[in-house]
Amino acid sequence: MSTQPASTSINPFDENRETDYLRAKKGLMSWLVTVDHKRLGVMYGLAVLFFFLIAGLLAILLRTELFTPDQDFMSAQTYNQVFTLHGAIMVFLFIIPSVPAAMGNFLLPLMLGAKDVAFPRLNLLSFYIYSVASVFFIAALLNGGLDTGWTFYTPYSTQSGTAVVTATAGAFIAGFSSILTGLNFIVTVHKMRAPGMTWNRMPLFVWAIYATAVIQVLATPVLAITLLLIIIERVLGIGIFDPAMGGDPVLFQHFFWFYSHPAVYIMILPGFGIISELITVHSRKHIFGYKAIALSSVAIAVISFLVWGHHLFVSGQSELVGILFSFLTFAVGVPTAIKVFSWIATLYRGSIVYNTSMWYAMAFLWTFSVGGLTGLPLSTLAIDVHLHDTYFVVAHFHYVMVGGTVVAFIGGIHHWWGKITGKMFNETAGKIGCLLVFIGFNVTFMTQFFLGHQGMPRRYYAYLPEYQTMHQVSTVGSWILAAGLFWIMIYLIASLFNKSRAPANPWGGVSLEWHTQSPPIEHNFHETPHVHGSPYDFPEIDKSAGFHAPH
Amino acid sequence: MIFLPESNPGTPPMSDSPWSLLPAASANAQSLDNLYIFCWSLIAVGLVAAIGAQIYFMLKYKKPAHGHNKTSPLTHSGKLEFWWSAIPTVGFVILFAWGEIDYMKQVTPPADAIDVRITGQKWFWTAEYPDVPGAQLNNQLIVPVGRPMRLTMTSTDVIHSFFIPVFRLKKDVVPGRYTVMWFEAIKEGEYPLFCTEYCGDQHSGMIGKVLVVSADKYLEILKEAARLEFDPAKGDKTMADFGKRVYDARGCATCHSLDGSAKTGPSFKGVYGKTESIIGGSTITVEDNYIRESVLEPNAKVVQGFSPQMPSFAGQLDDKQITALIEFIKAQK
Repeated sequence: MSTQPASTSINPFDENRETDYLRAKKGLMSWLVTVDHKRLGVMYGLAVLFFFLIAGLLAILLRTELFTPDQDFMSAQTYNQVFTLHGAIMVFLFIIPSVPAAMGNFLLPLMLGAKDVAFPRLNLLSFYIYSVASVFFIAALLNGGLDTGWTFYTPYSTQSGTAVVTATAGAFIAGFSSILTGLNFIVTVHKMRAPGMTWNRMPLFVWAIYATAVIQVLATPVLAITLLLIIIERVLGIGIFDPAMGGDPVLFQHFFWFYSHPAVYIMILPGFGIISELITVHSRKHIFGYKAIALSSVAIAVISFLVWGHHLFVSGQSELVGILFSFLTFAVGVPTAIKVFSWIATLYRGSIVYNTSMWYAMAFLWTFSVGGLTGLPLSTLAIDVHLHDTYFVVAHFHYVMVGGTVVAFIGGIHHWWGKITGKMFNETAGKIGCLLVFIGFNVTFMTQFFLGHQGMPRRYYAYLPEYQTMHQVSTVGSWILAAGLFWIMIYLIASLFNKSRAPANPWGGVSLEWHTQSPPIEHNFHETPHVHGSPYDFPEIDKSAGFHAPH
Repeated sequence: MIFLPESNPGTPPMSDSPWSLLPAASANAQSLDNLYIFCWSLIAVGLVAAIGAQIYFMLKYKKPAHGHNKTSPLTHSGKLEFWWSAIPTVGFVILFAWGEIDYMKQVTPPADAIDVRITGQKWFWTAEYPDVPGAQLNNQLIVPVGRPMRLTMTSTDVIHSFFIPVFRLKKDVVPGRYTVMWFEAIKEGEYPLFCTEYCGDQHSGMIGKVLVVSADKYLEILKEAARLEFDPAKGDKTMADFGKRVYDARGCATCHSLDGSAKTGPSFKGVYGKTESIIGGSTITVEDNYIRESVLEPNAKVVQGFSPQMPSFAGQLDDKQITALIEFIKAQK
């Protein structure tokens, strides 16, 4: 980003390493009351990975129960609670805060050349609000569980005898963490950019986090209101959604998806940001179509507010409304397609280095493309009537959420592992992990598209025997996927005991986080960096042929 | 009635090949399959183009062993970006329009359609035929070939969704309002119907069958299926045999197993004559009067370990049917 990009071979910090943020202060209290964005990023990281582990184990239980058509080791009630908690924990405690709160916190100020986020204390507060929300979810788990599905559809959730109030209170509280983090990031991006960093010189990860933050701030309050209304209905008996009390159950679905559809983009946009960074650095190319990628994030953020009705195609909403939502849903496809094409075009005439994080980026292009393209039959009104609430939908959103966000997240963890921990992991182990995850994931979820168009409904603990073969293939896939994820956990933990230190800039990145030592010092940079060019201006680019980086 | 595993009472088989499309048993299904195949063709073209280019670039532009090549200074190309935005947009517009046209056909029932009323309830379906006095079926829908049918549906408790895969149709069944769905069957046979909106414990068991029969025999078959009385012609040798038919026809199997496994309600195996403690502390003996009360007023005395979830069958079962059911339960030793 400076005129002379940092070289990979020289690491000025190796000889004379300064105290990094991990060692700057000692003791548990120094972590619990820290306002350092990097430490908060690490704390979020540990928390979201913990919940990823819990919800992932629940998923394995579900898939294992589905190995045979009949009930095996879980009763219907247990199965219903397990799939509900799998969804609720994955969505509210893992995937929504995963990239924005964990990686965003760590990277955003570094990439902007700032010392911290705009409001460090608010940042700490966000973390504690998130922690309180987690406690509510754990309390719900221990106090009768939850069997409504993560979507809390009424009037089932009004009538359910499980801990609906505790869990919705948890999601309500988690929302505030999300809003405050979003607000903090918006102000940080507007106010804390290093001198010379114009909007067009921001790394695309920053653009993605920015677009995400806007959605978080605008959409989350609607979820908060909706969940509050459920609590009011259950506790005070005021009829809002339950027709038995004069309410309207479909109204809930409108409210809920008004948040939860944009929330899908809260989950995936940051993943897009990671992929833009990974592909450029490891192919030594300037990103293709910087403005198109940056603005398509913003376009997706805007349109995402206008497509919630596609979750209600078969709910009995009016036909005209269905048609409008179908049209608008297709409209999201265009900016999404632009992104995928731009990433692929970035590879053109690059010099591609295949290390673990690039493997994840390449895997992402496949899994996310499948996820995006299988959205087409679901957007097509007449076809959705058949596929709605079947395994096709389950497969589609797992391809987007896991194949998109989680694959990008894991790729990002590998890309910035040295920066965050100061240690490098074993590349061979990393590639084995990536391969296991890729194979396991595709075996698990590709099968489910077939199950879906064959009519297999969602949320069944027992099913017709004709579906057994495909369910068994899917279950075996989930075991491979789980093995891959455990493998990753093992070698990443092992890497922490590595004696050798990570260089400041192991991949030859140009954006500002690579211009400080690994791990960074507490206040990130000794002197505020000055930015003179694009974050993708790599030394390998052939300047003789007329290079026009956006200014 | 075909005998099927207990978790799937009364359902006929589906195709077991992942590659084949389901049987298309309605005009809508045939038309939709064309659209579905077209949609997948577009997906295939998109995926092959994108992933093909990706793999080609990945192989061709791998970093050489001796060190980095100079890389292309390309940062954007207005022309390329225009085309790769415009071409997908055209595809999307075609899909949207075709989907919209088919959808409008799906949701516009013809005026001469035969009316059926569907009620969803935890965890069984009831179909009533207003034009045929007394015709009421549980977990079963009888349909004539070549005649449009209009289902007007509602729920008495939570949201359910009525899904007939071979017709490629589903619609949510919402308490406090009516939703409508219509179809015209074109192929005789027995097909499954599912609930596809999560509705609690036995959501997976809320499935039944659609029986598509010839238009000539339709009324006869419907009346015969709806007639639930002792009939040696249907194989009733004892009252318990008739009770078994009541048990099957009214969807009791969703919650009450015959093999001793506890589902949402107690299993019928060996239950007759047993002494059970009920919620609230006292104990009862399972005998004729208790069973009768539990059919008509199910939540008056609930056995401990179960929750009061059963709907009342008052008005749905007459005295003879209840008596036969008691005899059937008695026979489950």
